[in-house]
Amino acid sequence: MNIQEFLTIFISAVFIYNVILSRFLGLCSFIAISKETKPALAMSFAVLFVITMSSIITWLVYRFMLLPFNLTYLRTISFILVIATFVQLVEMVVRKSSLQLYRAFGIYLPLITVNCAVLGVAVLNIDMFFANGKQLAGSFYYSIFQGICVGLGYTLAMLLMSGIRERLELCDIPRSLKDFPLAFIIAAILSLSFMGFSGFKFY
Amino acid sequence: MKALIKEFTKGIIRENPTFVLVLGLCPTLAVSVTVANGIGMGIAATFVLLGSSVIVSLVKDFIPGRIRIPCYIVIIATFVTIAEMSMKAYSPVLDRALGIYVPLIVVNCIVLGRAEAFACKNSMASSFFDGLGMGLGFTLALILISGIREFLGSGQLLGHTLIKGFEPIFVFGMPSGALLVIGLLLGFFNFLKNRKR
Repeated sequence: MNIQEFLTIFISAVFIYNVILSRFLGLCSFIAISKETKPALAMSFAVLFVITMSSIITWLVYRFMLLPFNLTYLRTISFILVIATFVQLVEMVVRKSSLQLYRAFGIYLPLITVNCAVLGVAVLNIDMFFANGKQLAGSFYYSIFQGICVGLGYTLAMLLMSGIRERLELCDIPRSLKDFPLAFIIAAILSLSFMGFSGFKFY
Repeated sequence: MKALIKEFTKGIIRENPTFVLVLGLCPTLAVSVTVANGIGMGIAATFVLLGSSVIVSLVKDFIPGRIRIPCYIVIIATFVTIAEMSMKAYSPVLDRALGIYVPLIVVNCIVLGRAEAFACKNSMASSFFDGLGMGLGFTLALILISGIREFLGSGQLLGHTLIKGFEPIFVFGMPSGALLVIGLLLGFFNFLKNRKR
């Protein structure tokens, strides 16, 4: 476990393999909620929180429940169940503890259950930081850090996209391209510019 | 019988999950680099869709309304695991090419969407045909997108070179090419729909 490794994870999760623009995870929410900056930001924070927490939980589930009992084929089922339960729990806690916070991102929480980014990161962590049924050194910390970084990458893409779409609101757009098609074309251009990062090499 | 055929055909064009309902785009975009990958993904998703639609329509009366979503997810995840394991066993190359997008069929909105919108209200037979039609529509959409991308991105179709001396446009093999293709296709289908009106 060293600083260099953390830096690699950060750069690759936020820029090179940006969760939305190059891995296409969480695309539905990205297109649907990026019309204005404020809800986009609220959604991003909700996703950041859930991804980070679910990285921790799924790592623990995999390491201490699935691996010792040779149940790794249950990975998909157990992860999605754990994530769904966790999201439900967070929603209940937020609703009871702070109505203001609930109004800010409560409505986006149920959406996160079916956000592929959350399950995607959980599966990715297992693929990257476990080898031959054994955890790699420091994999727990790497998993958490990768969760945070993917959340940050999501936030970055969301902010860029919503900023652009807010300005397009007043533009004269061909009728057939309104909403979805134009959003995808903007995302394509954004993704093209993110391709510039893909030449980065470490070590 | 006529009603069943109608359930089957609606998913292919009129309610195409990709181009009309705009659902389940993550796998569509990520795996559509080559036609072979697209077909593999389409078959896997169709299998999951078919299985989960049938089971959900069979057990719909026993599931309490408030916890139906977790129940559906478990049913879907079971079929995804079956698909995942069979793909690993019979076609490891495809499994490696599709990578994490196979387990991610669980969170594909098409599957959950059909369970929630159709299978939980209809009989087994019509759910079966609905699932089949939607799966076929999804597969056809994948073939269309991946065909365009593979042809423009590498000048090939299913691994065969079509035009000699064609200079490939690499960007279509990249993530941004996928977004561009789907954006333009959606715009094109919107254009057709607007003109008809």
